[in-house]
Amino acid sequence: MTKSLKINKSTEQGVLELLKYLLENKKVKAVFTLKKIEKKGAVAYSLIADVKDLQDAVPFYPLMPVNAGNLLSRFTLKGSPDELVAAVVKPCELRGFVELIKREQGSLENLLIISSTCGGVYPTKFGVDGTVEKNLSKYWDAVKKGEIPDGSRPTCRSCEEFAPYVADITVDMLGKNDLDKQCMMFLNTKKAEEIAKGFKGDFSDKQMDSKKLDKAREKRGIEKKKLFDEIDKKMNGIDGLIEIFGKCISCHGCSKVCPICYCVLCEFESSDSEYGPSNFETELRKRPGLRVPPGTLYFHLGRLTHISISCVACGACDDVCPSDIPVAMVFKKVSESVQKMFDYIPGKNVDEKIPLITFKKDEFKEFEG
Amino acid sequence: MEKNEEFTPRILAFLCNWCSYAGADLAGTSRLKYPASILPIRVMCSSRVDPIFVLRAYLGGIDGVLVAGCHPGDCHYQEGNYYTRRRFAMLKKVFEETGLESDRLLLSWVSASEGQKYAKVATEFTGKIKELGENSTKNKIFL
Repeated sequence: MTKSLKINKSTEQGVLELLKYLLENKKVKAVFTLKKIEKKGAVAYSLIADVKDLQDAVPFYPLMPVNAGNLLSRFTLKGSPDELVAAVVKPCELRGFVELIKREQGSLENLLIISSTCGGVYPTKFGVDGTVEKNLSKYWDAVKKGEIPDGSRPTCRSCEEFAPYVADITVDMLGKNDLDKQCMMFLNTKKAEEIAKGFKGDFSDKQMDSKKLDKAREKRGIEKKKLFDEIDKKMNGIDGLIEIFGKCISCHGCSKVCPICYCVLCEFESSDSEYGPSNFETELRKRPGLRVPPGTLYFHLGRLTHISISCVACGACDDVCPSDIPVAMVFKKVSESVQKMFDYIPGKNVDEKIPLITFKKDEFKEFEG
Repeated sequence: MEKNEEFTPRILAFLCNWCSYAGADLAGTSRLKYPASILPIRVMCSSRVDPIFVLRAYLGGIDGVLVAGCHPGDCHYQEGNYYTRRRFAMLKKVFEETGLESDRLLLSWVSASEGQKYAKVATEFTGKIKELGENSTKNKIFL
């Protein structure tokens, strides 16, 4: 049975209290969490080793400057930390991290993962111009009621995977109507139970109320259907795709921030994909003309075939696109049906293999011709 | 292309070295008749085919893509073709979801002794592509 820990403080304060306790008692070497850079609301993930520096820490700030899955992968790629490090991340970041671990790009060893039922985040630009700071109280009101915060990322608005899967500690947030008075955490693993021993709070055996999560899932499901229908109308074959992706300036920002796109030597950035004079000539022999630089569709569809199996729909790609292409919604829509085909939820289980590197002998006969 | 001229599709075929390429060879040495629309590329295993190869060909204006390998259980590398099958299923799904013509893609198993089957697959697939007509990506500028 899951152990629960209740603290009579606001949710964010409660978690900070626990982090403080862990640092002070040297139970963790450092804390990985969002920290404010300046008053306007810009935040960055940081490692904090000193309790004093926790004062600007905002573990559940509704922003995702970078998918933390990427960061944790870089943090653990060449080896895990010697001592325990607590990391506060969002569920989709955690799922991205797990997908990277499956690709041998990191490890959960010596990490204490703290995550929460997530209300979603705002686009990053709102963090920089101060909009998030202004909307904070509205955001938390919406989270309390389990509703969708106005203006949050489209992928968040339509996210049904807002509960973390492999977290050591799950913080109850979404739909918790007294989150400004009380903090509720669930200790899912032995590691978490062990480490929280000695902390002053109410330990009991309560479980997460799944009804309120179902309600929130329903609301987001409706939003998802709406957004999917919208994108589906646009994605009607080659002409629709050209309309969507034609605006692409080939900065490849979407692939750089993607927690799944991890290849150091990316095919689409290699000299193989570069168009030389002879390539242009060949193309012009069969086509009436050619966009320069060519290959935007090849890039996006190629990326779809490479990562749709593991896309966690965090929406980081949408955030960085300078041309406002709805990359994330296209990827979410396509990825969901690909993942459904293999009955796979990316990031759910570290030991479950990525469907494309495993097989069953008797399957998919309908694809053989 | 002029309108009265009959449409001869161009089909790219990724043939695995151990089975399907040998099968195609057998079809040739047995003097079986099949359309000249197929452009074969020999790969060591059908699982060598990255979905983006297919995609690149498709966006390049090829009318059809055939991926052929050993029958399940007969892969020279034990299990390569099982991966191919999953990957192909995934690729087809991506095509369907984005509204591209997934009918232009075909996965088939042809063993080294199946010259007959190779000729049959080539003929039937060519016929199907003829029905579908030219790949419209050929005339697009913005790709």
